[in-house]
Amino acid sequence: MSIYLQLFLTFFKIGLFGFGGGYGMLSLIQNEVVERNGWISASEFTDIVAISQMTPGPIGINSATYIGYTATNSVLGSCIATFAVILPSFIIILTICHFFSKFKKNTDVQHIMQGLRPAVIGLIAAAALLLINEENFVDYLSWIFFAGAFLLNKYCKVHPILIIVFAGIAGFIVYGVF
Amino acid sequence: MNIYWEAFLSCFKIGCFTIGGGYAMIPLIEEEFVERKKWISKNDFIDILALAQSAPGILAINVAIFIGYRLKGIRGSITTALGTALPSFVIILTIALFFQNFKDNAIIQHVFKGIRPAVVALIAVPVFKMAKTAKITYRNIFIPIVSALLIWLFGVSPIWIIILAGLGGFIYGRITNKTENR
Repeated sequence: MSIYLQLFLTFFKIGLFGFGGGYGMLSLIQNEVVERNGWISASEFTDIVAISQMTPGPIGINSATYIGYTATNSVLGSCIATFAVILPSFIIILTICHFFSKFKKNTDVQHIMQGLRPAVIGLIAAAALLLINEENFVDYLSWIFFAGAFLLNKYCKVHPILIIVFAGIAGFIVYGVF
Repeated sequence: MNIYWEAFLSCFKIGCFTIGGGYAMIPLIEEEFVERKKWISKNDFIDILALAQSAPGILAINVAIFIGYRLKGIRGSITTALGTALPSFVIILTIALFFQNFKDNAIIQHVFKGIRPAVVALIAVPVFKMAKTAKITYRNIFIPIVSALLIWLFGVSPIWIIILAGLGGFIYGRITNKTENR
């Protein structure tokens, strides 16, 4: 199968089953792109998440655009992946718009969401667990970076961008200077 | 000004300036379309947001498609989706083009060695935050734990988790509804 078709199908799937916002999509993207297709490595995937945090726009678009390019080495790949991740939204939202009032009051939809919400938390946890690997955690210092970032974000509410900047500077000093 | 162009520019502007993912875009979309342009009423926006969150896909794109459709049907929704996606597409493509060249640079390597574990922590924090808002109790805590373990240890595709969890919620709802109606 052509890489472009593969790219289209993969990102269409991600758009179709990506529930629970950007973080909820992460384990899906990681599973399809890193584990199944091997288009990028786990550390490259982590880099994309870091870059996404620091640049505007939704993480789903950012990863589609970036992976589309790296998988094919072409701008066309970027366009196809980005288009494919948005396409299911179009089909689904336009269908919902058509049956708007019915959909809103539908208790089945509410029940489905009640099942999905706790699962999405598991999905995010899985994304974090999968990224704790030798590629991202090279030595014991990595765990200090991890713990520091976790505590600063969770308890001191430090903004993710600031944490990434701090971690980058600290990484440069610890690994580069010493 | 042409309404398509105006809607496109509004979305493009929001797409340019909201760092930190889709959720950061929502208050800006509300400000622009509800408060400033008054194209959508406050109540409609709340409904749109609830529906966009229960649909799969990128939240900000879902909201944009909804608003575009309300304004000008399918052509309107294409306009707003394009406006929302274009800024991040251009920025990330530019980064992808250049990052390939200097990602092997020693300094960049050191910087990213520090960033990677920190990013993993940033993914872990929302797990605990969301557990509160999603009303996780001792009765349903097995759902996130089992889901995470299946994906992490057994390599199960998250797609199956989504399908099973949705189906489980659906069946559970049907059963409890029946017993309530009796």
